[in-house]
Parts: sequence; C-alpha cells; structure tokens
Amino acid sequence: MATGVLDHAPAAPAPETTGIWGWITTVDHKRIGILYGTTAFMFFLLGGIEALIMRLQLMKPDNTLVSAATFNSLFTMHGTTMIFLGVMPLSAMFFNYFIPLQIGARDVAFPRLNAFSYWVFLLGGLFVNFSFLLNAAPNAGWFGYANLTETTYSPGLNTDFWVLGLQILGIASMAAAINFFVTVVNPRAPGMRMLRMPMFVWMSFITQILLLLAFPVITVALIFLMMDRHFGTHFFIPAGGGDPVLWQHLFWIFGHPEVYILILPAFGIVSEVLPVFSRKPLFGYTAMVFSGAFIAFLGFGVWSHHMFSTGMGPFADSFFAISTMLIAVPTGVKIFNWLGTLWGGSLQFRTPLYFAVGMVAMFIVGGLSGVMHAVPPADLQQTDSYFVVAHFHYVLFGGAIFGLTAGAYYWFPKMSGRMLDETLGKLHFWLMFIGFNVTFFPMHFLGLNGMPRRVYTYPAGLNFEFWNRIETYGALLLGASFLVFLWNLGATFRKPAHAPADPWRGATLEWLIPSPPQEFNYAEVPPVNSSTPAWDLRRAHGRPLPEPLRVSGAGIHMPRPSKWPAVTAVGVLGVIGSMLLTHAVQHWYAITLTGAAILFYGVYRWAFEPAF
Amino acid sequence: MERSAAWFRRLAKRASAPGLLFLFGCAENYPQTTLNPRGDFARLVDHLFRTTVWWAVLVFVLVEGALLLALFKFRGRPDDPEPRQSHGNTALEVVWTVIPAFILVMIAVPTIETIFKTSDYARGDAVQIEVVGHQWWWEFRYPDLGVVTANEMHVPVGRTVNLRMTTVDVIHSFWVPQFAAKRDVFPGRHNPLWFKAEVTGTFSGQCAEFCGEQHARMGFRVISETPEQFAAWVERQRPGSPLVNGGRVVRDTTLPAEPAARAARLAADSVERAGQAVFLAGGCIGCHAMAGTPTAGVSRMKGPNLSHVGSRSGIVAGMLENTDENVRKWLDNPDSVKKGTLMVLPRRLTGPEIAALVAYLRAHQ
Repeated sequence: MATGVLDHAPAAPAPETTGIWGWITTVDHKRIGILYGTTAFMFFLLGGIEALIMRLQLMKPDNTLVSAATFNSLFTMHGTTMIFLGVMPLSAMFFNYFIPLQIGARDVAFPRLNAFSYWVFLLGGLFVNFSFLLNAAPNAGWFGYANLTETTYSPGLNTDFWVLGLQILGIASMAAAINFFVTVVNPRAPGMRMLRMPMFVWMSFITQILLLLAFPVITVALIFLMMDRHFGTHFFIPAGGGDPVLWQHLFWIFGHPEVYILILPAFGIVSEVLPVFSRKPLFGYTAMVFSGAFIAFLGFGVWSHHMFSTGMGPFADSFFAISTMLIAVPTGVKIFNWLGTLWGGSLQFRTPLYFAVGMVAMFIVGGLSGVMHAVPPADLQQTDSYFVVAHFHYVLFGGAIFGLTAGAYYWFPKMSGRMLDETLGKLHFWLMFIGFNVTFFPMHFLGLNGMPRRVYTYPAGLNFEFWNRIETYGALLLGASFLVFLWNLGATFRKPAHAPADPWRGATLEWLIPSPPQEFNYAEVPPVNSSTPAWDLRRAHGRPLPEPLRVSGAGIHMPRPSKWPAVTAVGVLGVIGSMLLTHAVQHWYAITLTGAAILFYGVYRWAFEPAF
Repeated sequence: MERSAAWFRRLAKRASAPGLLFLFGCAENYPQTTLNPRGDFARLVDHLFRTTVWWAVLVFVLVEGALLLALFKFRGRPDDPEPRQSHGNTALEVVWTVIPAFILVMIAVPTIETIFKTSDYARGDAVQIEVVGHQWWWEFRYPDLGVVTANEMHVPVGRTVNLRMTTVDVIHSFWVPQFAAKRDVFPGRHNPLWFKAEVTGTFSGQCAEFCGEQHARMGFRVISETPEQFAAWVERQRPGSPLVNGGRVVRDTTLPAEPAARAARLAADSVERAGQAVFLAGGCIGCHAMAGTPTAGVSRMKGPNLSHVGSRSGIVAGMLENTDENVRKWLDNPDSVKKGTLMVLPRRLTGPEIAALVAYLRAHQ
C-alpha cells in the first residue's frame, strides 16, 4: 500500500511563498491553473456581457440601443474573447491543474515556461481589451476577413489591436502546448502506459498537437496581414496581385482545428465524469482514444467547409463535403460510447453528471446541424445566417461550456477543498439548460428564414422580431444562471474547507491525495495497472480507502518560484504591442527595443537561475 | 397584463405545432425565408436540405431518446452495489460506426449531384446580369440589354438569369433566399450564380458576408415580372444608361439620353429644373451618373446610377421606401440615416435645395 507509509508522517507548513508576490512568482501548476481559471472566467463574463448587449440591441427591429460601429466591435470582441480568452484558457486551467495530477507527476515538464504562458495570456487579453478604452476595439469580426481588414477599409487601430493581440495570445498558446505535450509524453507515473491514461489526458494531449500544428498557420497569416497594413505588401490586396481568398484558407486551416481545440478538452472532461457517476468504466476506451485522434487528424482536412459560398468549384466542394461528413463518424462513435457508459450503470445524479449529460444532449444537436452544413448546396443557404450561429453555439456553448462546467463542479472540491452546493448547482444547470435552448434554438428558425448574422439590426418587415425577443429573454436567463454559479462560489468559500479527498468515488489518481493537493502532489506515486487506478486500489482494499493525511514534503525537490517568466512576458508585450504605434509615434521602435531588452534580460536571468 | 396574455397566446399559437411542420409551415410569413423556394436553384437546395433534415430528425429522436431512456432506466442510489463493469462491446461498436456511415452515404450522393448542378453558370438562353457589390449597395448591370440600375434587380419570370458577380471593394455575399442561395463576391474575380423565378412578385435579398459598418443595411430586392412587363421595364431604363450611351450595347447607340417628353416636362417645371441645377452644381455628379446630365453614359461611378431612380420602390439599399419624405430625410443628412455611409455631401443642403432635388429625383421615372 503506497499510502500506508505516509499516513503517520507529520504535516509540515507549506513551503510556498504567499501573498501577491507568491502568485506572481509561482511556478506551481496548481496555482497557475487557478490563475488561468479565474482570469479566463473574468474574460468569459466580459464576453457574456458583450453578448447580452447584442441581444438587447436585437430585441426589436431598427433598434438604436447601440450604434452599428459599437455592435460590430461587440460581436468581434465577443467571438475573440470567448474563443481565445474564455474557452481556451478555461481548458488551460484544467490542463494545468489536472494533467500532472492525473498522470501522477509533481508538476508540468517546464514549470517556469508554464508561468510564462499564463503571464503572456493575461497581458495579451488585457491588451486586446484595452482597445475599448481608446474607443478602438476590433470591429472586423473574429475571423478578420481580408480585404476588409486592410487599411483602406479598416483604418485606425482597431484591427491592429486584434492582429497584435492574437499574436501575443498565440505565443502563450504555443508555449503552453509544448509544455503540456512534453508533460504527457515524459513524466507519467510508472505503469501509466499511453493506453492507460485518463481520457481527459488523452483528449488534452490531442489538443496540444492541434495547437502545435494550427497556431503557426494563423501566426503566419497575421504576419502577412500586418505586413499588408503597415509595410506595403499585397498578400491579400487584389490590386497588388494578392488574393483575399488566401486569407480565408489560411484562417480556416487554423480555424477549423481551433474548433476541436475548443471542444476536445470538454470531450475529455465528459469522458471522466460519465464513468465516475455511472460507476462503471468508460465504454470503448480504445475507440474513444482513436476517434479523438481521428477527429483531430480529419480536422486539418475540412477547413474549406467554411468557404463553400466562395465558389471553389464542384471538385473542391465535393472533397470538403465528404471529408466533413467523415468527421461525423468518429464523433458519433464518441456519443454512442458515452451512451454505452451510462447504459447499465448506477447513475448518481450529482451536479457534474447533470452538466455532462447536458453536454452530450446539446452536442448531438450541434453535430446534426453540422452535418447539414457539410452539404455544400444547403450550406449556401445556411452559411453566414443565424442558423450557423445556432450551430456553433450548440457545439461551443452546448458542447464546450457545458463540458467545462461539468469539469468545474467535478474538480472544484479537489481544487479548493470545498464542496459546491448541490441544490444551487442543479439550479444553475436548469437555468443554463433552459436559457441556452431558449436563446439558441430559435436561431435555427431565424437563419432558415433569412436572417443574416453579424447584422446590428434588422428591418421590421422581415418578421424577425418575435424570435429575437424570445432569444433575448433566453439570454437574460442564461446570464442569470451564471449569477447562481457566482452565488454558489461565494457561499462555498464562506464555508469551512473540509471536502474529502474523494467525494465522488473517482477513478483516477487525483482522488487519492488530499483536497486541495499539497504542493508536491504525490509523496509517493500509487501503482497504476489500468485506466482506473483509484478504483483498483479501492477494490483491493475491500472497503472505502482511509482519508489520506497531509504529509511532510521534506526531501522533495520542488521548482523554486521565479519572477523571470513574468518579466519576460512583459518584454513580449512590449515588442509586439509597440507595433501598434508604428504610425502614431515617431520613435515607436524605441518601445520595441525597450521591450526586446526586457525580453532578453528576462530570458537571460531565467536561463541562469537555478531551477531548484 | 392584457398585453402579456395576448403575447402568451401568440407564443402558444406559434410554438405549439410540432417543430418541423411549424418551421416549414410558417415560412410564408417570412419574406426572406429559405424554406419557401420560388426559384429552381433554391428548390434544388431546398430538396437536398429536407432530405438532410429528415435524417437529422431521425438520428436526433433515436439518440436523444436512448439518452433519456438511459437516464430514467439506470438511476442509482449511492449505496447501490457496483453495476456490472463492462468495458466495451466490439460488435456494438462496429454497428454504430457503420450505421452513421451508411446515413452519410445516403446524404452524400444527392449532395454531390446537386453540387455539380449548382456550381457553374447556367447554360443556354439566359438573361445576363452583372452583379457588383459596393459598400453598402448593389449594382446590377444588364450588358446585353443596356440597363444599369441599383438595389433592384428586375427579372422575367420563367426565364433563367445568369449572374456574373464581383465587387469593387470588399467581399460581399449575394443572397436572395427564395430564388437562390448565397454566393460571395470577390474583388478581382467573378463568381457565378443563376436562378429562374417561378412566380412574379417582389423578393427580398441581403448581403450575407460581413462587409463593414453598414453590412446590416445592404439589402436589395428582386422583382420578378412577366416577360412583357420586363421588356417594358428595360425600355424605360435604357435611356441614359452608361451601357447604351457609353457604347457597351453597340446595336443601339442612337437612344436619346432623355426622352423628348421628359425633356419638355423638365423645361416646364421650374422646381425640377432647379433640382437639376442643384444636382449638377451641388456635387452629386461627382459620384452619380444621371440621364440628362453630362454624366449620362459614364460607367463605374462611385455611387449608384440614379437614372430612373424615381421608378425604384426603395432607396438606400432597400432600407427606406422611395417616398418624397424618405428622399428628403436622406438628402438632409445621409449619415444620420445610415451612419458611416460613403455618401458624403460636399456641404449641408438647404431646405429649398432639398425640395428641388426631391422633385427632380422623384420625377426621374
């Protein structure tokens, strides 16, 4: 019994630095995970407020609550925020906190790089949103289609904020992806072969591969666009021999894998939650792994289904139609395996299960409308209409957000040592489920009945007002559901922290250590002989395992806190952010050089700082 | 109270019918619907869409039904014994891989057929129309008929129209849902689309690709009329057209820039004549071509060709009906009607100037 030795060791005070400085210099994957989570949740709420303002504007025809220009900024920032500052970093919270725990590691492979990723993400997110204060928020859509984003049609700093902000965020994502990739490959516990990894780790691993392959493409595209805007090139300018269609190809070669970057972590979370609350293992583990990998692989061969209306010709249309339909097969396998997991189980109706089942139910809807989009002639009617808005919200809200919320309820006790309130959790679920469907289901009707997306208003004669009004009520309900969540969080933090190590009869390693875990995670790594090591131990024990005690970490080498990742991140912001000033300030490159100096000094000190 | 009760009754009325019947059944109430095709292109698409929808409904009912069944059937208590630990079932997994694949083949075959039918220009005898997107209005040119107009496309019922589409600025997307699905227009390229109107009437269309500040106000109308009405419309529109006067239509260059009757009326009506003077001196001709002025026959102007603007049913890309009051409102301050519009007046016009211009433009039938 691995835990036996430790039961009697005395608890020692935590060695970590406390206070603000402790958070700035931390390299502990758990604390960085909490930083990611709280920051991303703030941005998520901001994106939600943007959405609510848009819903209020669209509540009645010819409304003048906000101007066209403001509305265009709102939908641009809503998309950008939810994708890059909301869902991706919320996933990153779970990667950070739970990949190392689930594979039995002390930390991620590169703890300081991990801190660097977070600080770059934070500064990038603040940078993009800072544009609001200058009344120059990005306004050309999260997809930034050239040639609308060229200086002729988008003068001003709006698009520059977007281009540079995404470049900064891209650095954070790339650094994190390398880190998690190596973390999954290298420091796994003995016995945890690849095909014994928890499904969340698997899906996260595949997500990192997608990030590594997809982000360079958008980086290149954004560099092209920046060169066009400021340095006289013509990559996307037809008059100079460029082609705006090139932007669309580059953007969607990134953009479609990006969709899987958003959804695969949620797939992973649901694949953790369903078995635990069904009390039986994940149905078809191997098929789940390979269907995830297959989805990711095919995800690079379907980008042009975002471009059926561009007139690519019948052969390209047919190719991308079939490749897109093909993705439905592994996706279907996942859904059926989730059903197979529930089937025959002993379902424990706790809040995480509500959200996980909600995710499956809603993702089915989004998947089916996705198949409709895979039919190019039909897509010619649906694309750029509200039908598409309905589709991807069923996938990204119904799928990703429900999945991430399931993860939040499931892992909250482990992260905080406190149990969230079940009644409030279920109220949160029902409000969110009803609000979500009332908001987004009617968008199918509106899209099919001719309402284009990205319109700041619509005339009264088109009969769009009824469903738009219903949708706005739904959106308010959806907003209220998150107030319940905040209330639940607030109430929980006033209660004492006495969550057990394993409140759910979990299957994976993280449930074997105290909640919240100690800085070093595992004093001794338990044996791993299957994909459900905690269940193996419990069965071998014959009765519930004793509550693990906090133990002394004496003799365990943990990485030292470091301020240099944060300093380096400031340098990155200086170098990239200064490009904003190329036309505004005469000696803008002085800022670039200052940023570069900070960057190099940060890297230099980082490199020569002892890690332990 | 009263109002909310009525509102609930309306909600119940609209939402009670089963989803799809409701969806397809109520389509007539939506002037821009895709579900009530009135052209052959839209009908092909609609047919394919319905095939897909029924498969989707079938899958939805079966899978969500199985999910609900599982939730009710396998409800457990915390102290229940551990259920049987199954890890998978290969036969079952093969079945649920093959069945979706089969359904997808059933969808893919008609899909590819329809792709090949809808990708290119229509062949054979068709009315040729060039569609040019502008921020934020549509230009329609009939090169063989010598007509250039804006925001209102006239088509003869029962005859195919071939659209050759491009843009002078950013990407737009041409969408008239009851006749044809969307196709984007790109600078420096031409994209094809075609349709044959099956009924007469006025149909609503709109730009569907985000194209800047006033993307929402880039509507247009397609007016389908009998061949006779269409021919008469063409005859009325040709005088002053850049395609005729500029020489694109070679077989008939003798057309007067302005019919004699109208010229005589203009000479008699002093307000209208004053309007013409404002049009010429006030800067309008910097961007707008107009019959009876030196700009008649000038092609590729920045703004819409205003020849015969009085005959159009709407102004400002379908945003306003073409009435004296609306034209006055627009000319008084275009930017307050449509913020960000590229129509810039050299200076604010006076009340009498606007009145004269309204008379002049409205009379240009």
